[in-house]
Amino acid sequence: MIELKNISKNFAKFQALKDINLTCEKGQCIALIGPNGSGKTTLIKSILGMVVPEKGEILFKGKSIKNDFEYRAEIGYMPQIGRYPDNMTIGQIFEMMKDIRKSKDSTFDEELINNFELKKIFDKRMRTLSGGTRQKVSAALAFLFNANVLILDEPTAGLDPLSADILKEKIIKENKKGKLIIITSHILSELDELISHLIYMQDGKIRFYKKIDELKNESGQAKLSKAISTLMHEAI
Amino acid sequence: MNKVFKYFVIDILRNKTVIFYTLFLFIVTFTLFSFEENTAKGLLSLLNIILFIVPLISIIFSTIYVYNCSEFIELLICQPLKRKYIWLSLFTGLAFSLCLSFLIGCGIPVLIYEPTSTGLILVITGCLLSVIFVSIALLATVTTRDKAKGIGKAILLWLYFALIFDGLVLFLLFQFAEYPLEKMMMAISGLNPIDLSRIIVLLRLDVSALMGYTGAVFKDFFGTTLGFGVALLALSLWAIVPLLISTKKFRTKDL
Repeated sequence: MIELKNISKNFAKFQALKDINLTCEKGQCIALIGPNGSGKTTLIKSILGMVVPEKGEILFKGKSIKNDFEYRAEIGYMPQIGRYPDNMTIGQIFEMMKDIRKSKDSTFDEELINNFELKKIFDKRMRTLSGGTRQKVSAALAFLFNANVLILDEPTAGLDPLSADILKEKIIKENKKGKLIIITSHILSELDELISHLIYMQDGKIRFYKKIDELKNESGQAKLSKAISTLMHEAI
Repeated sequence: MNKVFKYFVIDILRNKTVIFYTLFLFIVTFTLFSFEENTAKGLLSLLNIILFIVPLISIIFSTIYVYNCSEFIELLICQPLKRKYIWLSLFTGLAFSLCLSFLIGCGIPVLIYEPTSTGLILVITGCLLSVIFVSIALLATVTTRDKAKGIGKAILLWLYFALIFDGLVLFLLFQFAEYPLEKMMMAISGLNPIDLSRIIVLLRLDVSALMGYTGAVFKDFFGTTLGFGVALLALSLWAIVPLLISTKKFRTKDL
């Protein structure tokens, strides 16, 4: 569904992405992991068109995303730090996004709004919200439009365990419907039950891109976190 | 109707600065007209205030607003919307709100006290100046990531157009006093939208006689319909060109 070909991106002298090649297919649930500053967020932002790579090409369903914007209707994005207009209320944000994104055949998936009980605090202004509540709003927005691709940047950071569980269940549910899900996270233990594939990035390069089963077999470890740390040691 | 434009306008019009700006213009305009017996004199004083305040507020407010809504812009960019569309909505939102503010604060009182073509031209130039300085502000913000630097740039640009440019022109005039510079002065005045607006309105006020020979040359050109058209065209270019450049830059900007 998403294909990256020889993507490179520089920020001034710092090379954030070095010649990245990647293919993601429908129904996959991919974890994107790596140390801080390894280029995970830049990679995600390139797919979303927020960052424009200098070299290479990104294809979405076989079409280049350059000068295209309609493909983003099929992506739900949850940013690392959700930043919203301060003097709007939660309810207004949802109304506005629905208004901006609505199309003829749009049905809204309000499951997360209900499960997070956001409706109770619909009249709260965005600037008064805690980090965790903002995360809830971001998550609910990402899932709201029934997008075929979900890109979640550190989805559970800052969420309480109960809400994190709600979100995880939602991710599994949507993945079973055949949606492509890309997650970045540092908390490996919670990825265990979610993901089917794993990408490990370091210094702007993809070190490995493997199926979880393969990964566990190769390293001889049953737990994902241990499997990864074994492989990381080997890579170094 | 353009949805993003609508949300920008709602947000801007709720801003206290815009409300305060409207009230300020309203009070100043009314006071000037009630103090002066002669409305032409009132118009002249008002012109000087407009040429100072309108560009200042337009450029500073727009710059700060663009930086403050960077979150909102980021949110919009990952939606299925064209970048050009987002940027132009931001521009039209700002330009529309500031023009509306100016029309309510200044336009209505002027058209009550001085419902002549001169009053109308003053109102039109005020609106054009608002649009021009919004356009310049957007250009200043798109090239600068840092908020403090961006606002600094905006202030410098305003200083240049409002004060420094005139100083430079005076310096030129004194240096080349022996040469006939009148024709050239017309071209030079086109390089500054504030000067251009001043000339357009001053020539209507019959005080151009005070400006000596240059004034006469100016009147010969800008006083005609053709000259007026050229001046309006130059002002429109001042709004369009920076906007085009900033739109182009915004399309490839990293966020």
